[in-house]
Amino acid sequence: MIRAIATFVFLALATLPARATDIQEVTSPGGIKAWLVEDHSIPFTAFTFMFRGGASMDAPDKRGAVILMTSLLEEGAGEMNATQYAEAVETLGARASFDASDDAMVLSARALSENRDEAAELWRLALTEPRFDADAIERVRGQLQAVIRSEATDPQSIAAKELARQAWGDHPYATSINGTRESVAALTRDDLLDAKARLMARDRVIVSATGDITAEELGPLIDKVLGGLPAEGSAPLPEKAQLALTGGVTVIDWDSPQTVVAFAQESLPIDDPDYFAAFVADHILGGGGFSSRLMEEIREKRGLTYGVGTTLSNGAYGNTWQGGLASANAKVAEAIPLIRAEWDRMAKDGVTEKELTDAKTYLTGEYPLRFDGNGRISGILAGMQLVGFPRDYVNTRNAKVEAVTAEDVKRVAARLLSSDKLRFVLVGRPEGITSDPAE
Amino acid sequence: MRFIPFRTPGLAALSLAVSGLPALAEMPAGISHFKLNNGLEAVVIEDHRAPVVVQMLWYKIGSADEAPGKSGIAHYLEHLMFKGTDKLGPGELSKTVTANGGMDNAFTSYDFTTYFQRIASDRLPLIFDMESDRMANLKIGEDDWQAEREVVLEERAQRTDSDPSALFGEERNAVQYYNHPYRRPVIGWRAEMEQLTREDAIDWYQSHYAPNNAVLVVAGDVSADEVRKLAEQYYGPVAPKDDALRQPRPQEPQQVAARRMSREDPRVPQPTMIRSVLAPERNPGDQKSAAALTVLAALLGGSPQTSVLGQKLVLGGKALFVDAWYDGLTVDQTTFALSLAPTPDISNEDAEKALDAALQDFLRDGPDEAQLERVKTQIRAAEVYKQDSAHGRAYDYGQGLAIGLGIEDVNDWSSILAEVTPDDIRTAAKLVLENPATVTAWLVPPPDAPPADPEAAVSAPGPATSTADPVDNPEASE
Repeated sequence: MIRAIATFVFLALATLPARATDIQEVTSPGGIKAWLVEDHSIPFTAFTFMFRGGASMDAPDKRGAVILMTSLLEEGAGEMNATQYAEAVETLGARASFDASDDAMVLSARALSENRDEAAELWRLALTEPRFDADAIERVRGQLQAVIRSEATDPQSIAAKELARQAWGDHPYATSINGTRESVAALTRDDLLDAKARLMARDRVIVSATGDITAEELGPLIDKVLGGLPAEGSAPLPEKAQLALTGGVTVIDWDSPQTVVAFAQESLPIDDPDYFAAFVADHILGGGGFSSRLMEEIREKRGLTYGVGTTLSNGAYGNTWQGGLASANAKVAEAIPLIRAEWDRMAKDGVTEKELTDAKTYLTGEYPLRFDGNGRISGILAGMQLVGFPRDYVNTRNAKVEAVTAEDVKRVAARLLSSDKLRFVLVGRPEGITSDPAE
Repeated sequence: MRFIPFRTPGLAALSLAVSGLPALAEMPAGISHFKLNNGLEAVVIEDHRAPVVVQMLWYKIGSADEAPGKSGIAHYLEHLMFKGTDKLGPGELSKTVTANGGMDNAFTSYDFTTYFQRIASDRLPLIFDMESDRMANLKIGEDDWQAEREVVLEERAQRTDSDPSALFGEERNAVQYYNHPYRRPVIGWRAEMEQLTREDAIDWYQSHYAPNNAVLVVAGDVSADEVRKLAEQYYGPVAPKDDALRQPRPQEPQQVAARRMSREDPRVPQPTMIRSVLAPERNPGDQKSAAALTVLAALLGGSPQTSVLGQKLVLGGKALFVDAWYDGLTVDQTTFALSLAPTPDISNEDAEKALDAALQDFLRDGPDEAQLERVKTQIRAAEVYKQDSAHGRAYDYGQGLAIGLGIEDVNDWSSILAEVTPDDIRTAAKLVLENPATVTAWLVPPPDAPPADPEAAVSAPGPATSTADPVDNPEASE
């Protein structure tokens, strides 16, 4: 089903306590590869089945097909209608959530050890024999339309959408994975079958498991769940997106006491030699919460916002350096120049040795904390595979952070950061700010 | 559905959903409980799978304990608790935690105020040192309090004033509670927040922050002995305060009449309804009614495909979404609530009638035994999955003890849930579904509003989504 509140798949790659360093690669008898971390201390296993391309695999003019299709996988499969299928899952005490993002479609699942194979049979049915019954399609379509309506009245969504529209040209990244009222209204059952064929195939799948299962048990389970899928997807994976963002200001009128601000500029890919230098720079600039320069200047010193932050947004098909804040309509004109100033200060002067040391201590210390549960580890293993990292990344990652010098940070900041490149999208009634004349 | 302001945005609140713990009469494996001489109660939850520890310090004081006219002071003080002590400069606690690879935050609710850190387990002495320091030695600088008041006002602007659902919830609570302070928003009414002073904050701190009014929960890769030793060392010297404990609050008079409200907002894309009724909370040694209400909520609204209301209203084409919820972890009387969003071709009146009819059927027929069995299976499975998150278990114990339950009440909860009978469900259903003293609240778009047009709001043609989703970003932070 579509949930009333959008859920996000969180796949931070993480980290590495002793046990996570031992990532096994398992090849099923049928030839499907999976990553596994065994931990038999709790009698359940967390699984992640991920399909590359995600909602960006929507066919032209069929925007929303992947998310609607994904949401219908648990709404009836094999001989069971939606209610019977859900009852079967509940009877086992199993859990499964189906979701899609720009880059991947994900089934995150948990099963008790006592009935793991029965749970796997239910996932097989959902992935290979979904029914797409007419009544379920109409019901879930109605829910998706409600989400689309909600996005249209949510200033955060409005800002993000406008920024993406300006950034990504005719790439799927430029539009909402949920589609539009018109595109979703027009989707047929055949479109859903086509979306499934484009996306869900054995050459697109990523598998990980963490918990109470051995490599010998995992292989056959994978074949059971995925063996019935086609060998190859019916459409090629998405092209890389070309960033079309220009510097400037876009104001969208919205009747609210506060202005929501989203901003972005060009960034670098995750395999760039300076990626970790940029990662450290972002932490100091705006990614590091209360320790960041932007938080200090805009919230702590002046009380202009409840929160401001930045992040390196690295998608499979495109990258931005982006951020956001919300500030009262009367104050936002004071906050924006502070962001610009910090942006350029970083580009010009880099960071201090103290900032660098503190950032590295945090980033390397925080990494292992992410590996603290079967569910989280399974998500991390799948995320690593999606990005194309090797299994030993968890053991080499902190050394890459440690190797970053102040010189590296300054170089990458000078190369990338410029307030002239920043596009700000403001949704609200900001006093003293208007869109660029060109808008 | 309680609004819980966090000090920092963007941190997903851990689920406060009720869920069980090991069903044992004695202390479950890995759980320890002790009390220091100064009255500080402590719970240790051992989980040695990762070298991580979580400290949560729960003060048994919240917005429902505020004096009239001072709404928001509990939450404002929570923010000011980061402004330093004799030993720590403003912001230094968070910076120190961060520089050691950890994260920290805090949140305030009606009944408690909580501070927590998550960090490598060998840094436990560091965070004990800093947290115990600010239990007694807070220093609020002349320069800091006014900027921070602006921050909480911005927080209110962002999380309440900009969100029609939040504004609706605020007004609905004031209709639900005529006399009890749960009627006031945790973050405070804007006009009162603007008048809060440094003196108000210091007075609040000195009156209520003391070891005998707090619960310490430590979860992760630690031993109970080590935690007790460190707790004695760092928290032990902090003096208790005789009159720090929570005082009884004004209680609700008996509600007799049904109450209705309707709030219009042009930012609302479609109508939604919440209907609530006062209900008993979990109390020490007395959690049976609460358990039955918890299971009742799952039966009525737990799953869109299998729940009573899901089948009749969502599968029946009357509603896009339905829900039922009950949160018994409160000091005083809580609520049992139902919600729905009608499908576009069903009027609000007809949707409500369909809800009434479904509830009448349930009252007549009682629970389906097979469905009850499945709900209990899920409760048992949740026990197992729960072991995967030390932080989540810290939440359960901390919130339970902070609202006045004993440790055995928290330990016993899952077995009490498992023992709920069909008769218990019928009794609970009569209590909350036959009571005419309901509060029914609609949040609706203006009557002449055109349907929300996804294209209309953006200045230029074409839809869009967030820029590149960080789904695969290995370095995306929480």
